[in-house]
Amino acid sequence: MTDCKSLIHELADKYGRERSSLLPILQGVVAKNNFLSDTCMTDIAKELDLSAAQVFGTATFYSFLDTQPRGEYVIRVCKTITCDMHGKKTIIQTLEDMLKIKVGETTPNKKFTLLETNCLGWCHEGPAMLINDTPYSGLTTEKVHDIISEYVNKK
Amino acid sequence: MSEQTLKRVDLIFGEYSNEKYKVLASTLERTNDDILNDLLESGLRGRGGAGFPTAMKWKYTAETPGDEKYVVCNADEGEPGTFKDREILYRVPRKVFSGMAICGKVIGAKKGYMYLRGEYKFMVPDLIKELDSYHEHVKELGFDFTIEIRMGSGAYICGEESALFESMEGGRGEPRNKPPYPTTSGFMKKPTVINNVETFVNVLMIMRLGPDQYKKLGTTDSRGSKVFSVSGDTPIPGIYELELGMPLDRFVDEFGDGDTKAVQVGGASGFCVPRKKFKDTVIGFEGVPTGGSMMIFNSSRSMYNVLHNYLEFFEEESCGQCTPCRVGCQQLLKGIVAVKKGEKKALYLDQLMKLSESMKITAKCGLGQSVANSFSSIVNNFKEEMIY
Repeated sequence: MTDCKSLIHELADKYGRERSSLLPILQGVVAKNNFLSDTCMTDIAKELDLSAAQVFGTATFYSFLDTQPRGEYVIRVCKTITCDMHGKKTIIQTLEDMLKIKVGETTPNKKFTLLETNCLGWCHEGPAMLINDTPYSGLTTEKVHDIISEYVNKK
Repeated sequence: MSEQTLKRVDLIFGEYSNEKYKVLASTLERTNDDILNDLLESGLRGRGGAGFPTAMKWKYTAETPGDEKYVVCNADEGEPGTFKDREILYRVPRKVFSGMAICGKVIGAKKGYMYLRGEYKFMVPDLIKELDSYHEHVKELGFDFTIEIRMGSGAYICGEESALFESMEGGRGEPRNKPPYPTTSGFMKKPTVINNVETFVNVLMIMRLGPDQYKKLGTTDSRGSKVFSVSGDTPIPGIYELELGMPLDRFVDEFGDGDTKAVQVGGASGFCVPRKKFKDTVIGFEGVPTGGSMMIFNSSRSMYNVLHNYLEFFEEESCGQCTPCRVGCQQLLKGIVAVKKGEKKALYLDQLMKLSESMKITAKCGLGQSVANSFSSIVNNFKEEMIY
């Protein structure tokens, strides 16, 4: 994990120290550290001269701003209706079997977190998932195997 | 082409003009009144779903006094079944930026923002590339209007305009009371025009074609074309640009799989139309409006499951600020589960219906108010499926 204070300082230099800079800064920290720790949120509050409650309030509102530890790769499987109709359950099952974790959990080696999410905007090619920022659609059991194997082998 | 085929339109996704930012350049030479007149004449209504006349929105904002005004492009496409803005931004981003710039000229803004949903972050590098080229061109034209991209972080409610401003200002995405409307108090409490991605493209196309040509598409109440996101039980899911004002039965003939039971028009916050009403339903502002989402269900689908999925969605995405929506969504979901399990009598559905009606009147924003749309249209038309 990158040192929070210097990362925040760097992000604040880039995005500014206004209240409106808060979201880009929070997003920047999540992109680097995968989640926002309590210390990190307090540090952001200090940097932007806000109360910790304001930072915490904003951070906890957004589903992509995780406030608990996440793996290096966060997998979000779309659970909205058309993906559900086209086999989302099988995809979740495949991922759970491969990673040996349940939805909401992180692998012991901190590499993967498996989550469900609402509509990703790939309804015509469902089922779909995001791994960090990369979308994958038209998923089948085989496709999921290939994709995850690739990530497993990534250094 | 057979008579049954719906007319395909090539307005939004049509090719760029041969010279980069040519239409923008020529529009910048026109007077604001001239541009507004063309927009008014075109009959363009917002493409995000609500259908507010675009010319009026721009006019009100232009008339509001103030040196600092903003243009915001709402690219927080979160409605289930909608994916057309992603396609527009992928294929014709230049048209979107041009539309925003024209708005900037008309209302007197120097700064535009695009609020892009977090799920589409992978698109940012390409958009930035196009933006760099946009900025070069406007600089050459001597026109001062810069555009910046802001990201969402996975919150459906941020597609609601005032929640979007809150989010851009660094807060929780909780909708504001209206009035004041964005035309007088939007981003940073300054006069702001906020339009959907597709609306800005329509503006550019009106500038290119002229309102008369544009008006030839669609019906009196629904001018122009619309990009539809077709998904569900269809052999040909995808993005289609069609004329507005089409009858639903013709849509189903073309896109259904021959066994279509219902079409959800306008996403989870839209309306469910059952087979027997296909013939009398028009897709457009005079009938059932849509932001583009068309989800097709065939007879193998349980409409209970569909409603259950929508309610789970609303329960999660409700911002929790106002009681009717926060508690209402939970209770509607609990209620249909209880009826299905037999823990509550079938008549309990009537009570739930009343609850959804009160949400329509009392909820603070469009999210809570529109839960009743899908709830009542699914429960009324598929009551047996809710009970047995």
